[in-house]
Amino acid sequence: MNTQLMFIQVFNGLVNGAFFALLSLGLAVIFGLLRIVNFAHGALYMLGAFVAFALGQALGLGFWPALILAPLLVGALGVALERGLLRRLYGLDPSYNLLLTFGLTLLVQDVIKQVMLSRYAVSSAPYTIPQELVGATNLGFVFFPTYRLFVIVFALVVCLATWFVIERTRVGAVIRAATENPTVTQAFGIDVSRWVTIVFGLGVALAALAGVLAAPIYSVEPYMGSELIIVTFAVVVIGGMGSILGSVVTGFAVGVLVALGSALYPPIANTLVFVLMALVLLLRPNGLFGLPEAK
Amino acid sequence: MTALPLTRGRGRTGWALTLIVCAAVLLVLPHVIYPVLALDILAFGLFAVAFDLLFGFSGLLSFGHAAFWGVSAYATAYLLGHGQSVPVALLGGLLAAVLIAWPIGFLSVRSIGIYFSMITLAFAQMLSFLALQWTDVTGGENGLQGLARPNLLGLDFSNGFHRYYFALAVFAVGFFAAYRTVRSPFGKTLVAVRDNETRARSVGYSPTRFKLTAFVISAALSGLAGALFVFGHGVVSLEVVSWRTSGEVVMMTLLGGTGTLFGPVVGAAVVLLLRDVLSTANLPVGIVTGLVFVLTVLFFRRGVVGTLLGWLARRG
Repeated sequence: MNTQLMFIQVFNGLVNGAFFALLSLGLAVIFGLLRIVNFAHGALYMLGAFVAFALGQALGLGFWPALILAPLLVGALGVALERGLLRRLYGLDPSYNLLLTFGLTLLVQDVIKQVMLSRYAVSSAPYTIPQELVGATNLGFVFFPTYRLFVIVFALVVCLATWFVIERTRVGAVIRAATENPTVTQAFGIDVSRWVTIVFGLGVALAALAGVLAAPIYSVEPYMGSELIIVTFAVVVIGGMGSILGSVVTGFAVGVLVALGSALYPPIANTLVFVLMALVLLLRPNGLFGLPEAK
Repeated sequence: MTALPLTRGRGRTGWALTLIVCAAVLLVLPHVIYPVLALDILAFGLFAVAFDLLFGFSGLLSFGHAAFWGVSAYATAYLLGHGQSVPVALLGGLLAAVLIAWPIGFLSVRSIGIYFSMITLAFAQMLSFLALQWTDVTGGENGLQGLARPNLLGLDFSNGFHRYYFALAVFAVGFFAAYRTVRSPFGKTLVAVRDNETRARSVGYSPTRFKLTAFVISAALSGLAGALFVFGHGVVSLEVVSWRTSGEVVMMTLLGGTGTLFGPVVGAAVVLLLRDVLSTANLPVGIVTGLVFVLTVLFFRRGVVGTLLGWLARRG
């Protein structure tokens, strides 16, 4: 493989890694702070892409407004899910959260499939790139599609911002306190239950944001999240569950690794991430960035 | 996931009575619905019983149980396709499931709770990709079709009823094995480990070893069930190793009642009959099953049999 092809593979890997990172970041925020394993994360990612598509069809909204509106709308749905459904399972074994969100995944996927078929007469639709991002950019040594570069940079900025808010700001401190010791935090006059809802909504909005970004690359279809969520789970296990930094770094790294692996030996591409996961489990059962006390 | 509230004496007669009723139902089943669907209920029923052995009695929520069902299905199909007899193919499937379960179990039972679920899911997914790639053995996207079912001891396996009653015998053996496992001292220890791992360790048991053994037994029975499924249909497709199949067996068990051995069979029957009705009524299957799943987790966690037993216990 020559160097130029290799660079293209690395960049393609970073694009896939951007989606892994955004999704596992959302999962990490939700799991790390609320102990909820959100199986529906993949379906909500798809919903982000679908809402962007539907907004375009119904109101003629373009990519940029959708990039803001779709995560807000899906995030609001996340808030409703937390208030209406997940809240009933707190205090039970965390398995029930996984099971509930698994059921929701089946439900959401097939509802969207029905909507797409009955309203748009398609089960998969392309989504167009905004004018400003059409074409390729010269990186000096290689030309790379501008939109894909944008995805990498944008995802990186969102990941860093999320990390910064949770680890370095006062709001983040309140959130961490509210989830680590709800009783004491409550005693300080902070509405813990509201923060829990906000955090869940934020995690869901991150998934939807990834969905809008993915729509022009993979096109919009009801099952676009179903394989991705499984790979993301593997990324989360490799990075260490609940670790925010771990999920971002591992997300991008796994993307690049899989892309390089598939260039060298294509059949292994899809299994590579799971092989990696098995190795990590053998050597570091808590994941690369995992905290030993995490259970 | 609570233990059954029945007293011992009442439990014995209760068991005998339930067993007779269930046996009667299973004997007439293929005459009420069609034999292929009835055999599906046996195969998925045994699969759910095997899953519940792990989930209901050891507290380990495997989200990758399709791995064992699927690997066995492929092995069985491969053996049938290469001229082996039905019993050899079924046992070969079971053995394949055990061989793959050992390393997976070794790596995953050290993790607990939700980690265990995600790790088993990832391993199952690894096998699913392998099944897609290894087309020489699995047929890839096309799967393996039109498998021969050599006749055995005067049974004509081209006849759905003959197939069903043979499968019922295999199911009975598998169910009895699960029953013996659960009621044995080993089964009691499993429950003890589930309820309080630290205490179990302090009285000298090795929780990891018990969990691994339970994992392998569960995988063996799942393998037997997967082999039955292929024997019943004569085809195997990628769906057998899909994560949706893993989720489906969880749903069947939950709907029937976890920690009860009859529950999972009832759950499997309900899900399969529901799906059968939906497919003829042309309703979207995913929406209805998803909704049933959500409602079960929210409001009906003890399942059909669990709720029934609770009601009986309150009355008695």
